[in-house]
Amino acid sequence: MTARQRRIAWLLGALLLAAAVVLPFMVKNYRVFQFNLVLVYAIAILGLNILTGFNGQISLGHGAFFAIGGYAAAVMMDRFGVPYWATLPVAGVLCFGLGFLMGFPALRLGGHYLALATYALALAVPQLLKWKLIEPWTGGVQGIVLSKPEPPFTFRLLGQPLNADRWLFLFTCAVAVLMFVLAHNLLRGRIGRALVAIRDHPIAATAMGINLPIVKSTTFGVSAAYTGVAGALGAISVAFVAPDSFSVLLSISLLVGLVVGGLASIPGAIFGALFVQFVPNVANDLSKSAPWAIYGVLLIGLMYLMPTGAMGLLRMTWARWRPAAALDPKPDPALTTRRHST
Amino acid sequence: MKLTKAWTLLALGLAGAVFGTAAIAQKKYDPGADDKEIKIGQIGPYSGPASAYGTIGKTIGAYFDKVNAEGGINGRKLKYLPLDDGYNPAKTVEMARKLVEEEEVLLVFNPLGTATNTAIRKYMNEKKVPQLFTATGATKFGDPKNFPYTMGWQPPYAAEARIYAQHLLETQPGAKVAVLYQNDDFGKDYVQGFEEGLGDKAKAMIVSKVTYEVTDPTIDSQMLSLKASGATAFLDITTPKFAAMAIKKAAEIGWKPIHYLTNVSVSVSSVMTPAGLQNGVGLLTAAYVKDPTDPQWQQDAGMKDWLAFMAKYNAGASVTDNSNVYGYSAAQTMVQVLKQCGDNLTHDNVMKQAANLDLTLPMLLPGVNVKTGPDDFYPIEREQLAKFDGKTWVLFGKVYGR
Repeated sequence: MTARQRRIAWLLGALLLAAAVVLPFMVKNYRVFQFNLVLVYAIAILGLNILTGFNGQISLGHGAFFAIGGYAAAVMMDRFGVPYWATLPVAGVLCFGLGFLMGFPALRLGGHYLALATYALALAVPQLLKWKLIEPWTGGVQGIVLSKPEPPFTFRLLGQPLNADRWLFLFTCAVAVLMFVLAHNLLRGRIGRALVAIRDHPIAATAMGINLPIVKSTTFGVSAAYTGVAGALGAISVAFVAPDSFSVLLSISLLVGLVVGGLASIPGAIFGALFVQFVPNVANDLSKSAPWAIYGVLLIGLMYLMPTGAMGLLRMTWARWRPAAALDPKPDPALTTRRHST
Repeated sequence: MKLTKAWTLLALGLAGAVFGTAAIAQKKYDPGADDKEIKIGQIGPYSGPASAYGTIGKTIGAYFDKVNAEGGINGRKLKYLPLDDGYNPAKTVEMARKLVEEEEVLLVFNPLGTATNTAIRKYMNEKKVPQLFTATGATKFGDPKNFPYTMGWQPPYAAEARIYAQHLLETQPGAKVAVLYQNDDFGKDYVQGFEEGLGDKAKAMIVSKVTYEVTDPTIDSQMLSLKASGATAFLDITTPKFAAMAIKKAAEIGWKPIHYLTNVSVSVSSVMTPAGLQNGVGLLTAAYVKDPTDPQWQQDAGMKDWLAFMAKYNAGASVTDNSNVYGYSAAQTMVQVLKQCGDNLTHDNVMKQAANLDLTLPMLLPGVNVKTGPDDFYPIEREQLAKFDGKTWVLFGKVYGR
């Protein structure tokens, strides 16, 4: 990145942040809630992207980590009176541990086999959550009803008060920014290059001195931690968790969001999250009888229009308008997915 | 007619102006209702694992179409907004918020599922928007003290269990009872109701209580231990798959108690047939709606009206599916509440009128009524027993409950 590009990136970031702060005061509470969920999904998809997009390990089971994060937050808030913000790091650490452990068998399973193993995880977790022994904490099938956190202070902007929904949105936004910056720092440096090297050519990566087992397992852990934090935020904003909230469909949705947003793209997660949150609703508005058929058609259409995801399309348009940008002397390796590397 | 109405309005308006008070305050509206329209939200599983129940919401919509075609309620048309939550409680919360905050409905009618309704109950009560006639038998949705804006509709599981207890006390007061139940809200509701129904004798009569998990592959060991308890009556609180297993296993091990089977699992095609029709002969259950496959209702006026409605407004939906009777009857209850509300269409008045019902419906069994009060948020509590004859469920005896 040249200094000029960096300046533009900072400027864009600052603008986006300002927009994010003002946004909740311009729309109804219900929309604020939806945008809040977009941020939640964005963090989860970013987590999956670290694993699948950058490191090339396919997971069909990230809904399980989302569920575990959500339950961790809910149980801590409901049974032990832990404040909502304090549940996030715990959810993250817990999911890191579980993800790291999941990463070990993942070492022996490549490609489709790993996808199946993680799929099994997504199937198992909702049922395990109903388990009798942990029912005193999880509430069994009944789930746990939470209270929305009240804002710690209040002010008015554009004539609208800071209420619970808006406060939660700002809180989630702050967490999301932190998570995205962390991911950026992680992926744009030495570790990021190692992840991409493992994805593109594991043998060559080993030859270059990358400790494959450790890096892959840790990546799984970090990825799970991101999704776990997202799950915790999701539980706090929905104010309810139950095993049925975390069906296999959630895992699939996250993967869909990842591909739609763009593999190996950090900002792509936001586009993916917008898709996951809003397209099913749009499909349902278009047709009550076959919403998923509409969803499918939209998805296929999108994949034809932008085979490399939303970020891929943006990059292509950028390259067409500004040929100079395409001739960047040092293309960032992580930016180029296998698909269109030459 | 129209002219007189206009004159009346004008006169009222003048009176209001003259006396300086709001004489038109006769009409009271909350968001979701005005002179022309009443907005009714609904949330159901139109997609996902429970989408078979989606037909209920569609039947409700068809019934509202019929009401609108016949002139609406007190001159107002019903605007029905059904939303899909895919049986996912997190999505239910989003949809409920959409209905309340964006669509600004007068009430959310017949949202389906136990976890899904639990997820939105606190929210609906904070917003003071009615969550009316929930489509679940969980007993917790009739708690006017803590949740005055939430009311169920169908008989609560506990009420059904009390009926079995009552029947048992009447016919076999000396029976020893074994109970098998699913380890969740549904199962526990039944057990609690059953124990209440037996009263003081519960401790002496219930000799064995065994649970299973939805994740269990079989319930063979449970059945063996229940038989070993020496019980002469069996309360079978299982969902369809396990109900079929229990009936079959009981026959295999030669255990022939008086067998009460929850109304949840009475489907002839998905429970009784896989269990072996001859194994199910003599099983008892409780019912509250007229089964469209039962030949005794062929000449019944209510059934004929229902069939005519299905043909005209809900063509394509199954006329053998009990869910479509359910949706029809629930929608009729809703319409009655709105009629009673008159021109006072506020959230509070909707709940007040919903808690002031006493009616019979054409597709409920004779003797089963809809009755509520300020302290009674269980509209339907009466049921009649039915016995399986190897082909179908045959109603017998009196109507129980309340």
